[in-house]
Amino acid sequence: MTPLLSVENLSIGFGEEDPVVQSVSFDVAAGQTLALVGESGSGKTITCRSVLRILPKAAQIRSGSITLNGKDRAIDLLTLGERKMRDLRGNQISMIFQEPMRSLSPLHRIGNQVAEVLWLHGRKSEREAKKEVLECFERVGFPDPERTYGSYPFELSGGMRQRAMIAMAMVAKPKLLIADEPTTALDVTTQAQVLGLMKDLQRDTGMAMILVTHDLGVVANMAEQVVVMHKGRVMEAGAAEPLLSAPAHPYTQALIDAAPKVPEATAATPPAPASEDLILELKSVSKTYSMRAGKGWRAPSLISACRDINLRLPRGKTLAIVGESGSGKTTAARIALGAEAPDPGGEVIFRPQTDGPATKVHEMNRAARTAFQREAQMVFQDPYSSLSPRMRILDTMIEPLEIHRIGRQEERRAKAADMLEMVGLGRDMLLRYPHAFSGGQRQRLSIARALMLDPSLIVCDEPTSALDVSVQEQILCLLEEIRDERNLSYLFISHDLAVVARIADEVAVMRRGLVVEQAPPEALFHNPQHPYTKALIAAQPEPNIHRPINLKLVAQGAGSPESWPEDFRFSGQEAPPLIPVEPGHKVRCHA
Amino acid sequence: MEILRYAIYRFGTMLLTLWVVSILVFVIINLPPGDYLSNQIAELRASGQSAGVAKAEFLRSEYALDKPLWQQYLIWVGFLPGPHGFSGLIQGNFGWSFEFDLPVAEIVGDTLWLTVLVNLAAVLFVYMVALPLGVLAAARARSWVDYTSAFVGYLGLATPNFLLALILFYYGHRWFDLPIGGLMDPAFEGEPMSWDKVKSILIHLIVPTFVIGTSGASAMMQRLRANMLDELGKPYVETAVAKGMSPSRMLAKYPLRVAFNPFVADIGNLLPSMISGSVLVSVVLGLQTIGPTLLTALKTQDLFLSGFVLMFVALLTLIGTMISDVLLVLLDPRIRYEGRDA
Repeated sequence: MTPLLSVENLSIGFGEEDPVVQSVSFDVAAGQTLALVGESGSGKTITCRSVLRILPKAAQIRSGSITLNGKDRAIDLLTLGERKMRDLRGNQISMIFQEPMRSLSPLHRIGNQVAEVLWLHGRKSEREAKKEVLECFERVGFPDPERTYGSYPFELSGGMRQRAMIAMAMVAKPKLLIADEPTTALDVTTQAQVLGLMKDLQRDTGMAMILVTHDLGVVANMAEQVVVMHKGRVMEAGAAEPLLSAPAHPYTQALIDAAPKVPEATAATPPAPASEDLILELKSVSKTYSMRAGKGWRAPSLISACRDINLRLPRGKTLAIVGESGSGKTTAARIALGAEAPDPGGEVIFRPQTDGPATKVHEMNRAARTAFQREAQMVFQDPYSSLSPRMRILDTMIEPLEIHRIGRQEERRAKAADMLEMVGLGRDMLLRYPHAFSGGQRQRLSIARALMLDPSLIVCDEPTSALDVSVQEQILCLLEEIRDERNLSYLFISHDLAVVARIADEVAVMRRGLVVEQAPPEALFHNPQHPYTKALIAAQPEPNIHRPINLKLVAQGAGSPESWPEDFRFSGQEAPPLIPVEPGHKVRCHA
Repeated sequence: MEILRYAIYRFGTMLLTLWVVSILVFVIINLPPGDYLSNQIAELRASGQSAGVAKAEFLRSEYALDKPLWQQYLIWVGFLPGPHGFSGLIQGNFGWSFEFDLPVAEIVGDTLWLTVLVNLAAVLFVYMVALPLGVLAAARARSWVDYTSAFVGYLGLATPNFLLALILFYYGHRWFDLPIGGLMDPAFEGEPMSWDKVKSILIHLIVPTFVIGTSGASAMMQRLRANMLDELGKPYVETAVAKGMSPSRMLAKYPLRVAFNPFVADIGNLLPSMISGSVLVSVVLGLQTIGPTLLTALKTQDLFLSGFVLMFVALLTLIGTMISDVLLVLLDPRIRYEGRDA
């Protein structure tokens, strides 16, 4: 049987440079999913875009062919006329992009943007098109299709926008869907649901799919065929099962090893007696924002970003806060750093030395605040935008020392060089600008910068979520190493339970501004109590084809707190109390 | 409904701003020491013409110039009764021009709407030229189309307006037999409106529109090009292409729509810069707009005349910003739904 799409010997390059994609070949059979896997820069995105011929202007296809086999004839996509190509796009072959936030026009209604596909290709009347779009919206899981039709993208959450993108790609019932990292920008639980939806749609319509991803966990859940790419070349290709369980190529093996895994549920070791040497303590911290309700004189609506947070971070340990976007984890961290004041009644206590005096973070005078800022530093999420592109690494790194007037110029330079070495970069890189570094190297740089003031506490705000899996692993190792070497304490913010599992000593799971479960990671994975924690664990994609995502569990826990089982349910603003179920393990439920 | 409420609210704030502007204007025209009448009285005294002095003294009390400044202001605007009861800007009495010895209303008369006309024509010209050229330059970025339009644009920005005016008059007259100077044939001045008069005005408008609009058009073209280029790199453009849209349709529907916002927001800035920028052009071209009048009034410290002209320009500016604000709300749902519960 002829495959639906065959790519043969494809090479693509920019200008005079060496090709970025070299002799890539693969086939996609009707109704099947092929995964293109690789790190950023592997050429996977360029390859999948060449199928639709939406490459950057400077890219040239140097050789090869891409053939789409229709019912009666084969079409060579690389030589097809532009007008005919346009007829194919969105109609026979459609595409979903990575960033649902930016891939929809902000000024046009969702319905208009989706129905447009039908207007362009179906020559359908507006009414018929709308009817089909509404059906499609219902299919992809919008509770109120009519309302969605008239909404603007900024009125929907990230997951909902990606559903709208899927609807747009599916509405003309294409034969082939290309999904370029469709879930990378989404939370774990949302990712699980979107992947589940894509699988369902594929089963219903029998379309083929090319899934571009860097995450082998996603691959294991979705694909029948896998192509592993590295630096523009195919490293290994074949059926998913044998490839993932017994990879032939060392590069594939390395990718699998780097993929974050939920630890095997071993029996929990009894928690060590809680140390009383706390470096940071949050006591009944809440934060309420008031939103301007719009024009006129209506009362402002109150939004509580986090409620009654009690956390204790012992010296030299790592406390992780896990939750989806909007769960309040970042607000909690900002309050801990003094960047924001908690509502009255809450306080944050910081002890720089073991037997030293304790200070309240929000009642400091100017001098105490400056001293506190030396002790508490932050590593940010996005290494691409957290380093100034116009400053040399040296200047970026010694800036904190200048601000706090520490040392002379030569001492500062020497220290910056030492720190670079400590994070695994060369001393000679000091005079470069950030653009000369890769994402992983940049994150090392921001860690080095945070270390310049010899802090005792570092807040890591999703430090690995913008990185490839293999790089993520290295950064986590580095963070662990530095922590143990310098006796640092981390407050670690993440949405990824598997990342947290290896680095944290204690995990607090947050949802809707509340800590719903709190325990050491072993206890959490061995004996998760709360439906939301269970959903987080179940939603974690793993590169093991025999452990598919349990969508039922995900749907149950990731739904609204009003739909949780009776014991855990919130009713409006009322939530059950956080009660201990075993030593060191607390769950928010009605006893 | 929302939009109507917003328009009313916006109109209210405009009135408020206008009031504040009136205070500022009054303070500014009173800042230089002396005023028209006291200058004149001093001059008359020096030359010993006591009859003139008496008349000037009479005018002083007639226009309440002997009162404290704050009362003068209130009388000028029409919040307080003057020597002849309430009679200020609000009541439609624009005051007396000492320089021309005529009521202000009579001096500015026709020039008011001619000013509006000339500047509206120039604004229209700016948009009609900048829109297609800016889009074209962005769509064909880094090609000869882009470079040529940029070159012509910079030329337009760099050429002094009055020079352009003289050149255009000369060649316009020589090759196309366009009239020189003025906004209508002298025969129609002061005549009631007629078809021939309209025709005459339109023909006279060609050169001034071009002269006043050129630099604005070039600047706006470059801004639109830059905005468009920004938008063309956004992922939603790629989405549209992947849907199978043709490039021209895609361009018009998506990036242009987004790049259009700053374009609309500029209306408010365009009007005042054109009015103040066209003063020199009006003098050179002999246009009967308000510009030359303002110049004379300011030079001779003609209190009421300059005050009125400044207020008029402020009013035009405020109307311009109000129009662009309301249009923006219509165009951009993100602004429209700001604060609506998500």
